[in-house]
Amino acid sequence: MVEDGFRKKADAAPIVELSGVISLIGRFPALAGLDLTINDGEIVVLRGPNGAGKTTLLRLCAGLAPLNDGVGRIMDLDLGDRVQRRRIRRQAGMLSQQTFLYDELTVEENLQFWATANRADPEAIEPVLDRLDLGRRLRTVKVSGLSTGQRRRASLAVMVCRRPKLWLLDEPHAGLDRAGRDFVDDLVGHAVRFGATVLIASHDVERAEELATRTVQMAGGRVLVDTNTRGESDRQEDLDAS
Amino acid sequence: MTATSSKVTRVIGYSALAFTALALLFGLVISGPEVNMRDSVRLLYVHVPSILTAYLCFGITLVGSVIYLRNRSTFWDLVAGSAAEVGTLYLAFALITGAVWGKPTWGTYWEWDPRLTSTAVMFIMYLGYLALRRMELPHEVRSRRAAVLGVVNIINVIVVHYSVQWWRGLHQGRTFGLDPQIRDMQYFSWFLGTVALGLIAAWLIIHRFRVGWLERQLDEIHLEEALVERRGEGV
Amino acid sequence: MLRDAWLMAVKDLRIEFATRVVTGQILPFGALVLILFGFSISPDLTVVGTDRRSMLAQAAPGLFWVTVLLAALLALGRAFAVESADGNLDALKMAGLDPAGIFLGKVAAVAVQLLLLEVVLGLGAFLLYATPLHDPVMLLTTVILATAGITAAGTLYAALASGLRVRDTLVPLLVLPVLAPVLLAAGLATQAAVFGSADNGWLWTALLGVFALIYLAVGMLAFGLIMEES
Repeated sequence: MVEDGFRKKADAAPIVELSGVISLIGRFPALAGLDLTINDGEIVVLRGPNGAGKTTLLRLCAGLAPLNDGVGRIMDLDLGDRVQRRRIRRQAGMLSQQTFLYDELTVEENLQFWATANRADPEAIEPVLDRLDLGRRLRTVKVSGLSTGQRRRASLAVMVCRRPKLWLLDEPHAGLDRAGRDFVDDLVGHAVRFGATVLIASHDVERAEELATRTVQMAGGRVLVDTNTRGESDRQEDLDAS
Repeated sequence: MTATSSKVTRVIGYSALAFTALALLFGLVISGPEVNMRDSVRLLYVHVPSILTAYLCFGITLVGSVIYLRNRSTFWDLVAGSAAEVGTLYLAFALITGAVWGKPTWGTYWEWDPRLTSTAVMFIMYLGYLALRRMELPHEVRSRRAAVLGVVNIINVIVVHYSVQWWRGLHQGRTFGLDPQIRDMQYFSWFLGTVALGLIAAWLIIHRFRVGWLERQLDEIHLEEALVERRGEGV
Repeated sequence: MLRDAWLMAVKDLRIEFATRVVTGQILPFGALVLILFGFSISPDLTVVGTDRRSMLAQAAPGLFWVTVLLAALLALGRAFAVESADGNLDALKMAGLDPAGIFLGKVAAVAVQLLLLEVVLGLGAFLLYATPLHDPVMLLTTVILATAGITAAGTLYAALASGLRVRDTLVPLLVLPVLAPVLLAAGLATQAAVFGSADNGWLWTALLGVFALIYLAVGMLAFGLIMEES
């Protein structure tokens, strides 16, 4: 089973296929003609200064940020099509600064709600809670009473329950202690072994690049440099063209 | 398109002026006072047409909203918005002229008459629609919400209309057609008022639409500039 | 769809149970409004008629429903504030919940809270305004159907204004004109139910039912369009 995950289908369509993508936040072009292709099973790390468009790119891949121009296909589904976008949203998992939790409910209640909402196996909740160290004392604590790191772990737990095909992690290491970071890395590795594709925006360069099969440097809402971590760097040709 | 006027709107504009002059002449000078309402009947030459035009405008908003929800075209969104703006303006005008007419006729500016009451509620509903259209939202989001409201508003209008009517009992009936006291020159003045106000509405809607369209074009230009600037970051 | 609705409704009620915003804040607010009405309409004034009822008692049905509408506005605001707090609306989209289900769930949760408010405020109105009670069945039907209508139309409009900074001021402007027929019909039906007046109360009750059905249907259809946006 684990070995199956390793085998790559060579002819499979890319998981992320973006060309000339423009995405506006209000009137601001957060993505300004971005091209990016990510294949099945890759772990891609997004780097770049604040405001480079990393978060918007992740949100776009989740079907949440608007596709105002260009072509976007995620998991071989068209981002521009309303019905297909709904399916993209269901298969993408997002960990972001927003934790998607109800402050007023306990960790356990949140997990139950989101697992049911996502039609996840209710049996999956217990092991996930244990693995994320939310099992014993914290499960009956209201989310509003959690620390930043604990909150992120709860958010991560929801995501793990959802078993998304595409993992979109926005600064997953931020606010976590050493054990937490190790845990995130384990999860990512595990997810990829089971056939997921991972896109990480991170400032924790060392840690992220250890994981990555590829590093993408972003600036000004576009891809600047696309480096295959396992191989050599290839600067995008069309960069000078514009 | 770089201006809001064109040959067509100029023709409409001049005709509107001409008909307004005629309507004033016939409405205020040539036609005589009515037996019961005396001179206040002249208010009806603008009051009734402005209500009818407002209804027509909201009909256009409904059509524009439905088409927008089907094909998501900026054109129909702007049509719906422009018509609603002009319609609301006409409705306000109708309410004011109605109140002024009501003072000598009923003895009060405001009567809890079913038509008057439901018109006032409808006016506020369209103010809400216009408020929603002014919100700071991405174009697509705002247009979609406005279109939903543009359709639902019509349902509201119908529901409010009937419930208020049942509440106040049956209305006295329409002033025109049933009231034999109004005829000939008075009818003609009313007709002129209808044409004049209709033309003015058309002129306003077209210009409002074009202002909206130019705004969108300006947005496109700004976007191009913003894109160039954005791409220059960090290179 | 019903499964999603149930899930949302249970979740919202659970949040209310944990925070007690409706029972702890909105309910006292409603009670206060009832008392303020008592101040503004002197309890000593009487209506000239066969039974010389106090004006306050005569106006009680209308005052009660105005109070309910004000409380409903707050409850609706609360229902959507919960979703926009931590990007949860995005997560709901990603979960692929049926928009019509989300709508029905929100309606159900707000309706349950509103019914609770109405029971307490209704008792308050009976006590404060010394209103008689002629036909409890009609009153109960009125309350249930009016609540369905208020929450259905209210939820639809609150969603239209969701995510906006001016939501709190825009929602009343959008919702109250739409709820004018409910106020009329519920007020008249309640009048018939408490005084046993000649007005045909059941007719107004039927209108409330029609209103609720219309806005439930419209809401279920429109919610997808409102939710879909990115």
